[in-house]
Amino acid sequence: MALVPGVIKGLGVTFSEIVKTVTKGPETVQYPHAKEDPVPRARGVIALHEDNCTACMLCARECPDWCIYIEGHKELAPPRRAGGKPRSVNKLDRFDIDFGLCMYCGICVEVCPFEALFWSPEFEYSEPKIADLLHDKTRLGQWMTTVPEFEPYEAGAQVKGKKVPR
Amino acid sequence: MGHTLAVEFAYWQTTIFKLVMAFVAVLIPAGGTVYLYLFKMVSFMQSRLGPMEAGPYGSLQLMAEVGKFAQKEDIFPARADRFVFAAAPYVVLVSTFLLVLVVPFGPDAAFANFDVGVFLALAVSSLSVIGILMAGWASASKYSLLGGLRAAGQLIAYELPLVLAVVGVVIQAGSLNLQRIVQAQIEGEIFGWGALGNPFIITQFIGFLIFLIAVQAELAQVPFDMPIAESELVSGYMTEYSGFRFLLFFIAEFATANIFAFLASVLFLGGWSVPPFVTDLLGIDPYSNAMNVIGPIVMATKMLLLTFVIYWVRFTYPRFREDQLQKFAWKFLIPLALVNIALTGFFKVAF
Repeated sequence: MALVPGVIKGLGVTFSEIVKTVTKGPETVQYPHAKEDPVPRARGVIALHEDNCTACMLCARECPDWCIYIEGHKELAPPRRAGGKPRSVNKLDRFDIDFGLCMYCGICVEVCPFEALFWSPEFEYSEPKIADLLHDKTRLGQWMTTVPEFEPYEAGAQVKGKKVPR
Repeated sequence: MGHTLAVEFAYWQTTIFKLVMAFVAVLIPAGGTVYLYLFKMVSFMQSRLGPMEAGPYGSLQLMAEVGKFAQKEDIFPARADRFVFAAAPYVVLVSTFLLVLVVPFGPDAAFANFDVGVFLALAVSSLSVIGILMAGWASASKYSLLGGLRAAGQLIAYELPLVLAVVGVVIQAGSLNLQRIVQAQIEGEIFGWGALGNPFIITQFIGFLIFLIAVQAELAQVPFDMPIAESELVSGYMTEYSGFRFLLFFIAEFATANIFAFLASVLFLGGWSVPPFVTDLLGIDPYSNAMNVIGPIVMATKMLLLTFVIYWVRFTYPRFREDQLQKFAWKFLIPLALVNIALTGFFKVAF
C-alpha cells in the first residue's frame, strides 16, 4: 500500500511525456528528411592532412585494432638555406584506414605529433561491401574539407606554442 | 429485448454475416489499438514520433509488419513436436475469437445471447493457457518451456481474482447474462437518481481495479510479463516461432487485450448503453433499434479508453519478479476480491 503514490506518480511521468511530445514535438528528428546537427567533437570519420604526415607510424602502432596501414619512402628535398645539405623527408605511399575495423577510439588522432589526423563529424559513408570501408589517402584527404575549425581557447587560457597549420 | 428488423434473414445468411463481423470485431480494433497505442502512444512516451514513413503518419505500418511476417520462413525447431507446435497459435487465437462471441455490442447486435455469458467468457479466456503450454512444450527449447510454465502458473493465479472481481458485478446485476448486466446498469439508480444509470464502476470500483490488474496479468503484459521476459527468456513461449505463426500469437495478444477491454466496459462502464439522460435528451428508447448502430460506436469508445489504460500501465512500469507476482495475486488481490464480494453481498441484502 505504501507503493501506491509512487505507482500513480509513474503513470504521471509517462503521461506528461505524451503531452510534451504532442505539444512541443519530439526530441528526435526524422532522419532521411532532416539531419541532426552533430556535436562539435563528434567522431564521425578520421580525416588525413597528407602534407603534415611524416609516416612516423605512431598512429599505426598505437591503433588498438591495427586498422591503419602506412607505407612510405624517403626522398631528398631541397635544402632550407642556400648551400645547405638536401634534407631527407618521408613521403607517404599509402595511408589507409579500414573503417570496418576502426572502433573510433581516437587514439591515432590524439597521438599524432604533427597534426595530420583530425576528427570529422561526417558519418554517411556506409558501403554495400565491407571492403569498400577501407579509405585510402585520397579519400581520407577529402574528408579534410569537413573538419570543423579548432575550438577557440577558453577566455584567459594561455596559448602555448603555435598550432601546426592545417 | 429490442426489435427485430423488417427483413428476415435465413440462418445461413446471418451465420455468414456474424462470421464476417466476428473477424471485423476482432481484427479492426486490434489493428487500431496496435497503431494508436503500441506504435504511436509509446513513441510519444519516449519523446519520438514512431513510424512515419508507411502511409500518412505511418498509419499503414501495420500492413508493412504483416507483410514482413507473412514473407518470413516458417521455421520448425529440429526436435519440435511438429503437430502441437503448429497447432498452438491457433488454439490461442481460437480462445480470442470465442471470447468475442459473448460481448454484446447493442440490444440485438450480439453474436450470441448466452444466459451464462460471464461464465463462458471467463471459461474460454483460460483456453489460451492450453495453447501457451502447447507452444512452450512443443518448441523443445528451455526458454520456451520455462516461459510456457511461467505463463501457465501466472494465468491460473490471476484467473481467480479475475473471476472473483466479476462476481461482485454479477451479484449486483443479479444475472450472468451480459445483456442483463447492461440492462441493470441502464435501469440502476444511485440513491434514487437515475440520470447516469448505475455504471458498476461506481459501486464496484475495487472490483474494476482488480479486474484491470488481472486482465493485465492474463495478457502477460508488463508489469506481469514474466512469461515472455525478453531479457532472460528471450521471448518465452514465442521464442521458437517465426513468420506467420508468430504473427498469430501477436494478433491473439492484442486482440485479446481489446476483447477484455470490451468485457470490462460491459461489466463496469455500462456496455453499449449511453447514460439514460442522453437517451432522454435525444428522445430514443434505450433498447431501440438505433442503439444497434450507436452501441458499437459507444463500445469502441469505451474500449479505446480502457485499452489506453492497459497500454499506459504496460509502458510505464518495470517487471514484477516471479515470486512478487505470485504473492501479489494470492496474498493481496484474492483476499481483496473476497472482501469485495462479501461487502457487495452485504449491501445487496441490506438495500
